[in-house]
Amino acid sequence: MKPLLALLRRDINLFFRSGGGAGQAIGFYLVVIILFPFGVGPDINLLARISIGVLWVVLLLAILLSAERIFSDDLEDGSLTLLLTAGPLPELVILVKLIAHWVSIALPLLLITPFLALMLNLPAGGLIPLIICMSIGSLGLCALATIGAAILVAIRRANQIIALLILPLYIPILIFGVSATTDMTYQIEKPYTSLLILLGITLISLIIAPFASAQALKANL
Amino acid sequence: MFGLANPTKFMRFSTLLLPYLVIITLGSLGFGLYTVFNAPEDVLQGPLSRILYVHAPSAYLAQAIYVFMALANFTGFIWRHPLADMAAKNAAPIGAVFALLTLITGMLWGKPAWGTWWVWDARLTTVLILFIMYLGYIAIWQVIEDQVKAARVATIVAAVGLINIPIIKFSVEWWNTLHQPASITTSGSAIHPTMLTALLIMFAAFTFLFVTLLFISVRTEITRRRARALEMRILQKNIAKTNSALKNSEAQ
Repeated sequence: MKPLLALLRRDINLFFRSGGGAGQAIGFYLVVIILFPFGVGPDINLLARISIGVLWVVLLLAILLSAERIFSDDLEDGSLTLLLTAGPLPELVILVKLIAHWVSIALPLLLITPFLALMLNLPAGGLIPLIICMSIGSLGLCALATIGAAILVAIRRANQIIALLILPLYIPILIFGVSATTDMTYQIEKPYTSLLILLGITLISLIIAPFASAQALKANL
Repeated sequence: MFGLANPTKFMRFSTLLLPYLVIITLGSLGFGLYTVFNAPEDVLQGPLSRILYVHAPSAYLAQAIYVFMALANFTGFIWRHPLADMAAKNAAPIGAVFALLTLITGMLWGKPAWGTWWVWDARLTTVLILFIMYLGYIAIWQVIEDQVKAARVATIVAAVGLINIPIIKFSVEWWNTLHQPASITTSGSAIHPTMLTALLIMFAAFTFLFVTLLFISVRTEITRRRARALEMRILQKNIAKTNSALKNSEAQ
């Protein structure tokens, strides 16, 4: 447990200190959200209607695009091989790196979400459900992105392929993330069904991701 | 199955089998088309309903080939069965074509029947996603040059896809449903017997078509690898020759 905690602290520190990590994702999130009103027009009611979906889609893309960093830095300086061969199970190492990625990429995005939600005129009472659903869903998104990042280690020269491979897997999280947020915002009958399914999909992703990523990395060592 | 892991044995076996496969495929396709055009038309849709005989078998194959591909990948992954990896690699483009065929025939059918080329209905969307997943899988084989490594990565992609397809299907259905539910279930069929016979023959014919195409493309792949190996050997010989010639001239 102790080496894993040390790894978690190291990864989070590296993410924040090496510059560009969280900043890039936040910048992307901010700019793309701002682009939407220019695309669909400034109508406040229309923006309110699409706000939940737009926030989710852009969050998903921001997480996907920053996924490459999960392994790339460690691969370059050779520490990835050491981490995977020495010490704890590779699957646990990957799980820790995944959580570190969530803390350093998804959490900052969640922190600026309230401001962007205000700008998109999110329906009243929608903010808390949005943050709850996004914090659960983003963990699943990070998990699936980890698989893509691990496969990318084997490919390197074809970054775009990660979108082709991982975006189809994101669809369930997107669907239930949006529907859980909407259900809770509008207080329909049984508002937590979608939330529970979202939680389930996130947990499944968290189980699959370390094993699949470990195999993908092993193929490359 | 394991005897066939040896490419030479597979080549010999498939040389014998392939003519029969081609005959069975062409025969069943011809017979299927004959029954299709003799089957009664749908009361409401008229001749339009004949799209079904291409649409449904393609849809079935698009899904079945993904499962086949993943199982072949597992076999290659676990038992280091080189031919299984080749089968998986070559099944993917065929599956992608069937998925595309499903989409195109579906769109052609949707325009007159529903009044629109495309709706974001659960089943259409699922096939579209399946098609994209095929593309991702094919891309893996394309971008990784080392075929052994590509096979391992492809297995992971196929396995993750196989686990996720039911989840995607379920969530997309939750999201939106317009397409009619499956007409043939284990408890019976909602299709008239004459139409059902034609449909079942087309299912069989399409399955034979897939097997034949797979055999041909695996054979092509083996031949291509052999050709490359020969080329490399000739190159090495030439290099060795030049080297020794250089050494001789230096000695003189």
